[in-house]
Amino acid sequence: MEYFLQQLINGLTLGSIYGLIAIGYTMVYGIIGMINFAHGDVFMVGSMVSFIVLLALGVTGGSGAFMIIFALALVVVIAMLIASVYNWTIERVAYRPLRGSFRLAPLISAIGMSIVLQEFVRIAQEGRPKPMQPLISGGYELMHRTVAEGGEFTVKISNMQIMIIVSTLILMTVFTMLIQRTALGRAQRACEQDTKMASLLGINVDRTISITFILGACLAAFAGLMFLLYYNVTDFFIGFLAGIKAFTAAVLGGIGSIPGAMLGGLVIGMIEVMWSAYFSVEYKDVAAFTVLVMVLIFMPQGLLGKPEVEKI
Amino acid sequence: MMQWTKDPELQVQHLTMRFGGLTAIGDLSFDAGRKQITALIGPNGAGKTTVFNCITGFYKPSEGMIKLRHPDGKEFLLERMDDFIITQKAKVARTFQNIRLFSGMTLLENLMVAQHNTLMRASGFTIGGIFGSGHFKRAENEAIEKCKYWLDKVNLTERADDAAGDLPYGAQRRLEIARAMCTNPRLLCLDEPAAGLNPRESDELNKLLLSIRDDHNMAILLIEHDMSVVMGISDHIVVLDYGRKIADGTPNEIKNDPAVIRAYLGVEEDENEVAIGNVKVADLVNEGLTVHADVSTRTMPKISAAPKKPVAKKAAAKKAAAKKGGRK
Repeated sequence: MEYFLQQLINGLTLGSIYGLIAIGYTMVYGIIGMINFAHGDVFMVGSMVSFIVLLALGVTGGSGAFMIIFALALVVVIAMLIASVYNWTIERVAYRPLRGSFRLAPLISAIGMSIVLQEFVRIAQEGRPKPMQPLISGGYELMHRTVAEGGEFTVKISNMQIMIIVSTLILMTVFTMLIQRTALGRAQRACEQDTKMASLLGINVDRTISITFILGACLAAFAGLMFLLYYNVTDFFIGFLAGIKAFTAAVLGGIGSIPGAMLGGLVIGMIEVMWSAYFSVEYKDVAAFTVLVMVLIFMPQGLLGKPEVEKI
Repeated sequence: MMQWTKDPELQVQHLTMRFGGLTAIGDLSFDAGRKQITALIGPNGAGKTTVFNCITGFYKPSEGMIKLRHPDGKEFLLERMDDFIITQKAKVARTFQNIRLFSGMTLLENLMVAQHNTLMRASGFTIGGIFGSGHFKRAENEAIEKCKYWLDKVNLTERADDAAGDLPYGAQRRLEIARAMCTNPRLLCLDEPAAGLNPRESDELNKLLLSIRDDHNMAILLIEHDMSVVMGISDHIVVLDYGRKIADGTPNEIKNDPAVIRAYLGVEEDENEVAIGNVKVADLVNEGLTVHADVSTRTMPKISAAPKKPVAKKAAAKKAAAKKGGRK
């Protein structure tokens, strides 16, 4: 029971990160019907930029709490800004010219952009992993089991985990409000349903699509920072696996559905952690992708996706 | 001199639209008067929807000029503008033959989307919107008031929070007009608004259109096949056949025009052959399946170059139907 609780917390943390990335996939798919395979690498860029800025600021775990918070706020802003510029540029140069072309073209272009980003970072920042001193330490003991009760075990939640879960919650709430309540969100949903009609109502579709990429990049950059702080390491290749997992999450939740992406992220994170905890760590990726295959076979529209109805 | 030539809202001059070697519209000129309902009629495939597509920026015309004149003297050359700019700046709104509501969004949201530009400006491009600035709140409230007004006008107030896709057909048609009106247009282009409506609904539609013209000082451009609607409410009728204007005048003049009667009722085979210079590929696409029935009744050259889309769809549907039948 205690062991399970601990895994639940770990799964929630990992799932939050996947969920944040998955939203980027699902939003882009919703609006232009393509998978932005470079999105995982935008996440990587976010984490890399965070690493560089933290290094430049010179904050360590030993700095004061105020200093750390200030540094993190600065890092979030810079990472989001730079990741946004990357994603915006990618859309501009690699996807927009291909929008009228056949469906496979932007997909291939996306894979190309993914490789470009990876190689660019590998060359610019060297290929080896970049370790970092833990910045946020400490935590709370939630439960303690003694030897007499069946083996020594402590359920802990670290400050880092609390931060990830809480900030993800806040970010997702703000984001949902943005989509549901603001004119921008309405325009985005309108473009999702009928691009031509939206433009006839005076909506600048190109700009709306650009904003979608920017929003996705902001969430991915935030996830990148969280990843860096949680694992205290980053390299040029993290975007690939995390990207594929987040993509799986988006499909699992129902691609095109934003709450679906959040839920899918949590489920994938949970499966991965539970599998490592109870079965084997080596096969955790296998477990996650098996879920993808199962979903595609038995539930192609995903958990919260709408099934496509064709009127005859 | 007719009112529409004296003070036109819309001037179309020498409009020509070619698709490859086919001329869908040939040298079409007409005016649509301010505060008037102008009907664009003609047999299927005459090029009516293509005219709409040129006005609203879907197509760039091969030749000609489309000028919109606002009452304050501003003039816009629509053939040079992008589609969303036409709505934003020149203030042209449009509906389609098939219903294109955002079916997953509520009625209210559908009308709010139409006021996107006003709201975006008021919200400081969303940043103010997130933090709930007072300016944005006020703008949003005004927008909601406007939605309420139009929902009331089309008798859909009590369904404001339902998904647009759940409405019955006639109500969806009315909502489309309400949404178009929410963009604050000067010119409203309606493509067959009465199609599929029952007599009572089409009567309501007439009243709605007349009220839009009179209470909101709108110019309306209307494509319609239902002659009771056309003759009942329009001030000015332009008749097209094979992409060319064959008549232009008041409803009474049109009713008795021999060229119109010939186009609608048809003539002897040999005489008809003469008029087949230009085939309208675009309209085959636009008017979808309905046109095919019509094609067979008229002597038309074979259209091998026509886009395959509607035909392919039809064939696929047939195939599917055959499969289903076969399994049974």
